[in-house]
Amino acid sequence: MRKELQVAALENGTAIDHIPSEAVFKVVSLLQLQKLNNRITIGNNLKSNKMGTKGIIKVSDKFFREDEINRIALVAPNVILNIIRNFEVVEKKKVLLPDEIFEIVKCNNPKCITNNEPMKTRFHVVDKEKVELKCHYCELKIKKEDIELI
Amino acid sequence: MHPKSLVNIDDYSREDIFRILQSAARFKQQPDRALLQGKVCATLFFEPSTRTRLSFETAVNRLRGRIIGFSDAATSSSTKGESLKDTIMMVSNYADLIIMRHHLEGSARYASEISPVPVVNAGDGSNQHPTQTLLDLFTIYETQGTLENLTVTIVGDLKYGRAVHSLIQGLSHFSPTFNFVAPEELHIPDKYRTFCDEKKIPYNEYTDFTSESIRNADILYMTRVQKERFTDLMEYEKVKNVYVLHNDMLADSKENLRVLHPLPRVKEICQDVDDNPKAYYFQQARNGVYTRQAVICELMGIEVE
Repeated sequence: MRKELQVAALENGTAIDHIPSEAVFKVVSLLQLQKLNNRITIGNNLKSNKMGTKGIIKVSDKFFREDEINRIALVAPNVILNIIRNFEVVEKKKVLLPDEIFEIVKCNNPKCITNNEPMKTRFHVVDKEKVELKCHYCELKIKKEDIELI
Repeated sequence: MHPKSLVNIDDYSREDIFRILQSAARFKQQPDRALLQGKVCATLFFEPSTRTRLSFETAVNRLRGRIIGFSDAATSSSTKGESLKDTIMMVSNYADLIIMRHHLEGSARYASEISPVPVVNAGDGSNQHPTQTLLDLFTIYETQGTLENLTVTIVGDLKYGRAVHSLIQGLSHFSPTFNFVAPEELHIPDKYRTFCDEKKIPYNEYTDFTSESIRNADILYMTRVQKERFTDLMEYEKVKNVYVLHNDMLADSKENLRVLHPLPRVKEICQDVDDNPKAYYFQQARNGVYTRQAVICELMGIEVE
C-alpha cells in the first residue's frame, strides 16, 4: 500500500515529530518560530499509531541548538527530532529534559521573589521521569501538571 | 555572586556545622573580641523582627563592627518602588556584609547571587532561617554533649514552622529520632516525611501532647500554634490549650532532657516550667548571639581562636 506523506517533504532542515497535539502551538512559541523567516510547515491532529493524533513541525534550513530544543521537553517530552539534509534523515535525536530550566517556567508561589522582582526564573529538575521541578529561589516543588509557562 | 553566603542550612555540610559550633563555643567563652574592627555590617530588615535583629546587632557590636541599616521596609527605599537588586547593589557599596530579613521567599538566594559581599539570610518569608537552626544545634550540642543519635520531640505548628523544618534538615546529618506532635491541621508536611524516609530517619507522629511523647526524648522543641494558621477557627479553639507544656508533664522525663523554644513564647510553655532546670529556652536565645558571631566571622573569612 502506498504510504502517503502527511506533511510535505523537507530538503534541508529539522522535522519535529511526535508532538502531542495539544502541545503543538506551545512548541511553536517556546522555539519562537513566529520570529523566523524560514519556511515552516505545521501539521496537527495527524494520525499516529502510537499517540492517536500528533503534530509535526518542519522548519527549512534550521538546525536547533541543544539548549534551544530542550526547552520543549517540558511540554512534549517524547518528541523526536529528525535532522534532514538533502531529503534524507541524517540524524534522529530525542529531546532531553535539562538539569536546569531558565526563564520559561513561572513559579507558582506568589510570595516567591521571582514573581515580585524583574528577574529570570530558574528551576532545578528534581525528577526527570515524573517531570518535577524545584524553584531555585523559594524552593517550591512543582509537579508536572502544575507547571505554568511564562 | 559572593561564594560565601549563608542562605539555607543545606548549604552547610556536617563538617561546616561542626566548625561553626566550635567557633560559637569559643565566643561563648569570650564574646568580646575586636575581630570586626573597622568593618561595616548592614542589617536590612524589610520585615520587622526585633528579636533576630537585636541578636545580630549584638553579635556585630561584640565583634566591634559598625552597623548600618533599617528595621522595617517603611524606612527603606523599597516603599518608593526600588527593586531588591538595586537596594542590595547600593548597600554593598557601603557594607562588608549584609544581614537580610525579607518577607519574600527566595529573596536571600537572589541577594546572595547579585551581591559582591557575603549575605546572611536572617529569614526569607516562610522559607529559611539558617542561623536559627545553627543556634538550635549549638544548644543541643551544648546540653547533650553530642548531636548524634538523639531523640527529639517537636511540638506545635509543624506545618508552617520554618524553624522546625530547618531543624529537621540540620539534624538529619546526625541520625536522630523524631516525635512529631501536632494538631491535625498543622501536621508535618509530606515533603518532610519523605525527607525522613529517604534519610532513614525514624519518626513517630502524635496528635495528643502528653508525657508519653516526652518520656524518651533528649530534646523537647516547643513551637507556637498561631491562630492565623487555622482556616477553621473552631479547630483552633479546640487545640489551643492542648499543645501546652506544664511543669508536671516533665516529671517522668529523662534527666538530660532540655526544653527549647525559638521564642517568642506565648502560652505554649507555662510559666511554672521556667524554674525547672530542664527549661533552656532563654539560654538558647543567648546562644544565638555566639552562633551569629561565628557565622559572621566564617563568612568574612576571619579565623576565631
